[in-house]
Amino acid sequence: MKVLKFFLVGFLFGIVLTKSEAVSWYRIYEMFQFQSFHMYGIIGVAVATGILGIQIIKRKNIKDIKGFPIEIKDKENSNARYFIGGISFGLGWALVGSCPGPIFILIGAGFLPVIIVLIGALIGTIIYGALKSKLPH
Amino acid sequence: MDVIFQTWPWYVSGFLIGMVMLALIYFGKNFGMSTNLQSLCSMTGLGKRIAYFDFDWKANRWNFVVVIGAMVGGFVAMHFMSDPSNVNINPKAIAQLAQMGIDAPNGKLMPTALFGEQIWQSPKSILILLGGGILIGFGTRYAGGCTSGHAISGLSNLQLPSLKAVIGFFIGGLIMAHFLFPLIFKS
Repeated sequence: MKVLKFFLVGFLFGIVLTKSEAVSWYRIYEMFQFQSFHMYGIIGVAVATGILGIQIIKRKNIKDIKGFPIEIKDKENSNARYFIGGISFGLGWALVGSCPGPIFILIGAGFLPVIIVLIGALIGTIIYGALKSKLPH
Repeated sequence: MDVIFQTWPWYVSGFLIGMVMLALIYFGKNFGMSTNLQSLCSMTGLGKRIAYFDFDWKANRWNFVVVIGAMVGGFVAMHFMSDPSNVNINPKAIAQLAQMGIDAPNGKLMPTALFGEQIWQSPKSILILLGGGILIGFGTRYAGGCTSGHAISGLSNLQLPSLKAVIGFFIGGLIMAHFLFPLIFKS
């Protein structure tokens, strides 16, 4: 059961991202050309749902499934890493039209050329890991 | 049944994605897909050479299970829940893409020009996918999160750093889609 719940959450995530076409290269292109509201609507409603849910969790001190208090860590404040890293990610996101979640979902859906994107993403991760101490954070 | 086969509306999809994130929080975890890239590298033993990969990746095994679930979900949605009416994008986008030699969707999720089987014979196409992947992997790990970790989870928790990252995502995406695309996809 422990493993099953994570599988089911992932399964739902894969279906929703495919059926909403958020995994589609075309939808990302259209989003960056401001030619459709679709992607903005998806992200906007996801964030609105998340804000509401997290506020409820915080105000009612809801415990997690094991009965521990839920603590959501704050992100470290800084500029360089978010802007430089963010811009690099955005360039790649628009070019190949997929972020890390969709990379896996598309490979599962049978788009084998996306494996090249995954290999690239792993190389990029290794480059970051190797350069981490030399980069401004 | 038609509703399931058609493109799911943004308000249903957005709500479900929000619920996926909240479910993971309730399970005592968090929603972040790009962490898996770091875990995959760590699995290969890279931690002996690079400190960034020296951590207990086994603690993140639950996230691999999420990924496997997502891959199976993608397979099921693609093969059993699709319809030729899908991916109905703006005609203006179709016209712009045609000028760059990229085919219209006609029900396909991905353009054949970029993701068709013929790309295995095209070094340029392989370089585009590999280069895009490198930018994604490097950027998401440098920024400490991707669309799931920053845009959805971070903004939901009202994190200013996540807003900065998302602004970065859009600066990069707009530069690519408006200025670099015409250079890369000259037809």
